Amino acid sequence: MSQPEIVVGIGGAAGDGTASAGNTLVLSMSRQGIAAYSYNAYQSVIRGGHSWLRLRFSAKKPLTHGDQVNALIALNQDSLDRHLQELAPGGIALFNGAKFAPSYDPPEGVQLCSLPVPDLAPDAARLPVMQNTVAVGALVQLMGLEFTTLESVFETTFAKKPAVVQQNVDAARNGYDYAAKNFEPLATQLKPTDQKWAQASGNHLLAMGAALAGCKFYVAYPMSPATHILEWFANHAQKLGICVRQVEDEISVVNMCIGANHMGVRGMCATSGGGFALMTEAIGMAGIFETPAVIINVMRAGPSTGVPTKTEQADLNQAFGASQGDFQRVVLAPLSMPDCFVTPSQAFDVADHFQLPVIILADLLMCEGSETVATDELDVEFPIDRGELITSADGPPVGEPYLRYKDTPSGISPRAVPGVPGHLHVAASDEHDEDGVLLSDVYTDPIRRMKMTRKRARKMSTILHHLPAPILEGPADAETTLIGWGSTWGVIKEAAERLNAEGVSVNHLQIKTIIPLHVDEIAAVLEKNQRTIIIENNQSGQFARHLRAESGIVASGHIRKYDGEPFEPKHIVAGVKDVIGGQSLVEAVSTEPGWRTDHPTGTSGPWDGLNEVRKPDVPAEA
Amino acid sequence: MVAPALVAKDFKPETPPDWCPGCGDFGVLTGLFQACAALQIQPHNLLVVSGIGCSSNLPGFIRSYGVHSLHGRALPFATGSKLANQAMTVVVTGGDGDGYGIGLNHFVQAMRRNIDVTYIVMNNEIYGLTTGQASPTTETGMKTKTTPHGNLEGMLNPMALALAAGCGFIARGFSGQPKQLVELYKAGINHPGFALIDVFSPCVTFNKHNTYPWFRERVYKLEDEDHDTGNFHSAMDKALEYGDRIPIGLLYRSPDPQPPLDAIDPALTSGEPLVQQSFTIDGDTRKGLIREFM
Repeated sequence: MSQPEIVVGIGGAAGDGTASAGNTLVLSMSRQGIAAYSYNAYQSVIRGGHSWLRLRFSAKKPLTHGDQVNALIALNQDSLDRHLQELAPGGIALFNGAKFAPSYDPPEGVQLCSLPVPDLAPDAARLPVMQNTVAVGALVQLMGLEFTTLESVFETTFAKKPAVVQQNVDAARNGYDYAAKNFEPLATQLKPTDQKWAQASGNHLLAMGAALAGCKFYVAYPMSPATHILEWFANHAQKLGICVRQVEDEISVVNMCIGANHMGVRGMCATSGGGFALMTEAIGMAGIFETPAVIINVMRAGPSTGVPTKTEQADLNQAFGASQGDFQRVVLAPLSMPDCFVTPSQAFDVADHFQLPVIILADLLMCEGSETVATDELDVEFPIDRGELITSADGPPVGEPYLRYKDTPSGISPRAVPGVPGHLHVAASDEHDEDGVLLSDVYTDPIRRMKMTRKRARKMSTILHHLPAPILEGPADAETTLIGWGSTWGVIKEAAERLNAEGVSVNHLQIKTIIPLHVDEIAAVLEKNQRTIIIENNQSGQFARHLRAESGIVASGHIRKYDGEPFEPKHIVAGVKDVIGGQSLVEAVSTEPGWRTDHPTGTSGPWDGLNEVRKPDVPAEA
Repeated sequence: MVAPALVAKDFKPETPPDWCPGCGDFGVLTGLFQACAALQIQPHNLLVVSGIGCSSNLPGFIRSYGVHSLHGRALPFATGSKLANQAMTVVVTGGDGDGYGIGLNHFVQAMRRNIDVTYIVMNNEIYGLTTGQASPTTETGMKTKTTPHGNLEGMLNPMALALAAGCGFIARGFSGQPKQLVELYKAGINHPGFALIDVFSPCVTFNKHNTYPWFRERVYKLEDEDHDTGNFHSAMDKALEYGDRIPIGLLYRSPDPQPPLDAIDPALTSGEPLVQQSFTIDGDTRKGLIREFM
């Protein structure tokens, strides 16, 4: 890394305030022009368990949470013991020395920063979260930054409670000053920059991006990890004039969404895999109705309830197979959090233009994670393409009956919305003729059935040009091409940079448009290389199979991960080397440390080989 | 130029219904033509939404905007449509299997939600389009293709359920009583909020028990009795009456109707339909949204 960076890990039990300590820290960084990327590994509990938040800070925008830790804030004994061993040389561990101490010696070159919290925050006995504030203050000092920005964060966070602002400012200031006197600063120091950053999660960016793209109707049922989209919309409904409803189940959600779109508004809904399963019948209805709709699936680890707080990219098959019959759909997988902001606009435009459902496949990693996004990237006015939409009676020439499903050369039929005089029609989930009248209940009419099926299918012949094509990154003549899809763009990009720096020649093609697939563009890149490696966050290689089905291209190697945790750059770097070494399938696994009393070295020793890239105990099955 | 007054045949399309001769649904449909004409609803301002089933073919047989959606999902679709364009008159039609079976959850939630749509359920107490299986309103003990030894399950009472779910307008009609039906439709459509009109609509092909004569012998009009339509408890008493005597007519109209969802949703209180509202967000508001993340 050419730019100085610091990775902070905050560990605690659910309810300890891990997330809010992280937020405070990230805001105080981003307000000084320092970029951040956050990933929180947590459990599905409201209190207790273990939650491990990693925050990577750098002047150069980080694209992943990285794969090491420089500064640990341990909010309980368990977190200190789990993560102390992970610290890189020069790292620091901050903890409330009045409550607990490490159970083993820290790694060489790691500084223990024991904070006498009761002395620094007299309210800590009553308000245990004050230990977080003290530690954040101390850390800001050790990163070499001014205190003022941190103070400003407390002022906005607790804007309605001046007493709480003062309480936090005092505790943080005491931590800041104590650290100056008692500890060595971190070897890496961060410096403010002039860059203006906003700090947001993928969920927030999907929501705001949709609102700015003209979404007037949002409906959902609470389901992790998509719920924050609903909460953002609920909080902004009144101000922005968006109708936002929470309803009984995802079946109702998607039918309401299509019902609203049918009337001419832009409507959207979001869920995760289980809710998406309930939506699928209606997605086919949007297909045969030729009604635009945007449906987001924020993927989490399945199947069934699966691992609800963990990330995975395993709902691709579900998106392909959503609903019975042949019909047209688009599937888009945003590549990053900033791309979450742009994707709803692209989805609405293509849904409107081609009158079909668009599925956005995001995932827990980028939707619940957050990162700094340059404000310029968000302060944009999206162009809006509503397609051939008839909203007033000055439509077709007088005397010609209006045909909602007119068989046109493009397959796209001008769409009148209910309420417009002179354009009466029925939208039928049964097969229907150009005028909307049912074909299904008449005696078999093969010619008209084929005509209508072909009309709809024809829309796909021109759609590819309206969708983002993959862009090759890295040297065009590289020996190896890494292919990923969706949220793994950042981590593959970072790994590719490291590999090239190490002399392993790779380039990188990340796929956003899954259906339809830019087969020609992909094939043109792959015919030049010696090796193609497909990297995906699932077990069965759903994208590899899709690429093979669509293009006949068979990759030479696969790197997969399905342990619930996201890829880190090191997993890909090691996996690429293994594939080059001859292995066709590499399964990566996170070395998420656990503090085990059954450890061979007893209760006071760390795990061996912690920062190595581990392989699963069982050999990979091809 | 003043448009000529609408008459019932203005709602009659070229395509004739394909229901079995003698089906109760004909009376339900004709009554709807008359009610819409009486209320002078322009066909382009009327949206008729259905699910799947014989009765759910109705949107194809009325000159208006129509939606023939999925089995059991007419109410959510119609709710989304009404919220998107509250200026439209939205009528939802379907059968007992569609609304009280596969769509029951939505039925209860739509009443609780009090969306301003009129829900006409053609209740023939059987699955007709699938050729005669037990439905949620099939009588206990009745033999059907799927209950060859008699229906073991209880019979759903949609009237009592609607009362319990907080529905503000609950009526029951009979397709053999067309004049009353038209009045119920008019009152239901005019009711500001969710209105349920359950209509006994005999299936002449697959229900040989609940036939026209069977209903004629039993039904009596609530308006002929001293029934207080504003009294919840009296309405519940009448709702539970099903046997030798079955009441038809207006069962309950809330004396204190709550404003419908489409009038109180914050995005809709201005009265301007969502579809006509601006969908762009100005630069200052956009900058404000970004500042929330800073």
